Amino acid sequence: MSKRIDVTDLNVYYGSFLAVADVSLVMEPRSVTAFIGPSGCGKSTFLRTLNRMHEVLPGARVEGKVVMDGTDLYGANVDPVEVRRQVGMVFQRPNPFPTMSIADNVLAGVKLNNRRISKSDAADMVESSLRGANLWTEVKDRLDRPGSSLSGGQQQRLCIARTIAVKPQVVLMDEPCSALDPISTLAIEDLIEELKSDYTIVIVTHNMQQAARVSDRTAFFNIEGTGKPGRLVEMGDTSTIFSSPSKKATEDYISGRFG
Amino acid sequence: MTVTSPTRSPRTPAAASGGTRSRRRSGRGFYGLSLGAGISILVVLAAVAAFLLIEAWPAIVASREELDAISWLDASSLAVYIGPLIFGTLLSSVLALLFAVPIAVGIALFISHYAPRAIAQALGYLVDLLAAIPSVVYGLWGALWLQPVIDPFFRWLSDNLGFIPLFADYTPPARNVLAASTVLAVMILPIITAVSREVFLQAPRLHEEAALALGATRWEMVRMAVLPFGRSGVISASMLGLGRALGETMAVLMIISPGYLFSFFLLKPGQHQTIAANIASKFPEASGLSVNALIATGLALFTITFAVNMLARWVIARRKEFSGAN
Ligand SMILES: Nc1ncnc2c1ncn2[C@@H]1O[C@H](COP(=O)(O)OP(=O)(O)OP(=O)(O)O)[C@@H](O)[C@H]1O
Ligand SMILES: [Mg+2]
Repeated sequence: MSKRIDVTDLNVYYGSFLAVADVSLVMEPRSVTAFIGPSGCGKSTFLRTLNRMHEVLPGARVEGKVVMDGTDLYGANVDPVEVRRQVGMVFQRPNPFPTMSIADNVLAGVKLNNRRISKSDAADMVESSLRGANLWTEVKDRLDRPGSSLSGGQQQRLCIARTIAVKPQVVLMDEPCSALDPISTLAIEDLIEELKSDYTIVIVTHNMQQAARVSDRTAFFNIEGTGKPGRLVEMGDTSTIFSSPSKKATEDYISGRFG
Repeated sequence: MTVTSPTRSPRTPAAASGGTRSRRRSGRGFYGLSLGAGISILVVLAAVAAFLLIEAWPAIVASREELDAISWLDASSLAVYIGPLIFGTLLSSVLALLFAVPIAVGIALFISHYAPRAIAQALGYLVDLLAAIPSVVYGLWGALWLQPVIDPFFRWLSDNLGFIPLFADYTPPARNVLAASTVLAVMILPIITAVSREVFLQAPRLHEEAALALGATRWEMVRMAVLPFGRSGVISASMLGLGRALGETMAVLMIISPGYLFSFFLLKPGQHQTIAANIASKFPEASGLSVNALIATGLALFTITFAVNMLARWVIARRKEFSGAN
């Protein structure tokens, strides 16, 4: 599992508005890449191009190349549905399906590919995915309760379990801890640390300490002003970016000297 | 998003305490108003129920001889008379619901999740227009246009599936319960579509995106995130439609050739009649006890409609925990 993603000259539009311009970067397998930058610089927008979720909005489109494992995800005969099975996503707000039980939430994606999954296989998959998301011990006695009966942090881990249950190559996370308390945040950060041995992980965060703690590489995005597109300022090893960034803007942002 | 209501904004220390009392008074005023509105609904309901009961009572307690004096009532008792009417009412309405709900849900989904915006709007508008057509017009349409059009289809049904009693013995013209149900279905389509569409539009974007991000196709996304969310709304919509179908008078009156049987021959004329159409057809010539007998059938209709609503509420409440309302 776990694949490398190569982005070349990516421009992302909402209708005629260019939201992100000229991004080229690489996300390495079995590592965590963090996106940081001020609000509105296009981190979420860019992240959503990596699993073709951007285009579900009316008028939204993408120019450029996103190559995973030798195939351009935006190639003419690539099915976005297939892309999304390979590139999973965890959202900012925990969003388990409220009409499904905890177990059914975990299996939601699995059942799309494989309707006729046997009972015992399903149970195994629920257990292994929940264990993978460090949630098993907390919910094993109430798997048939609705997913919405869990706490926010548990819900977010349920969403991670649901995402890894379909065995993607890449897991994208858009501020996965921003709605959570410090303890749940730590639980998710530990989880990210474990997941990185199996997946390519890309995480957007506003929390500098979090980026420093969990990521191997960090990309800093910036925006020159309202109406201007967001751009990638620099990218490098997390330790380098946080100790000796090569651009002034990066240093200002990281040290909190930012508008 | 952040629309702060005027009653909440003066939370700042600057808010003068002078305004508090008048605000509290207006709050109490509104409470009184809504309480009054709630009570008045109950009063009207109780008044209607009382009227029906009081007016139906003479017929309910009437002896067999007294009932026999009513020319059109040749049944051994009132209950025996009302039974087939209740059956006919339920049959025609449930059939209508059976036709209308899948179509309405389909149209609502198409409008809310598939059609490009311009088409969706036009289609929604068109469906709403259907609701504005008076039921007499539906009756005319059913009797004059639909009956000849539907005739070959009924013929085919009777010829090929006639071995099933449901479809046996079709006799043209199509003045049977199936034709009436078809018109009823068209009549209740707009309300079911409109309510379902509103509910589907409110399906949370969050869950739709969750489904898509798991690799769901659009239809799978609808099945995972939209339909379960809209389920209770569709049930309410259907009950609204059922309520309309149960009470619909003119269209049935103008189409169906009445009969008073517990019959499952959907294509035979002279088998069924609904309570509402029956009252409308008999009332002009009724006097004395026969009026009371008709009102007794009305009481039965009232009770059915009430029960249907209760049932709907129960169905919706049963799975509230999983409804996504939290
Ligand atoms: N649905 C949309 N339609 C039009 N423009 C949008 C839409 N979503 C975002 N934008 C615009 O795209 C730009 C980038 O937004 P984006 O949400 O990607 O920023 P972000 O870096 O994720 O910000 P934050 O840190 O606040 O989440 C902003 O200018 C924003 O206004
Ligand atoms: Mg964002």
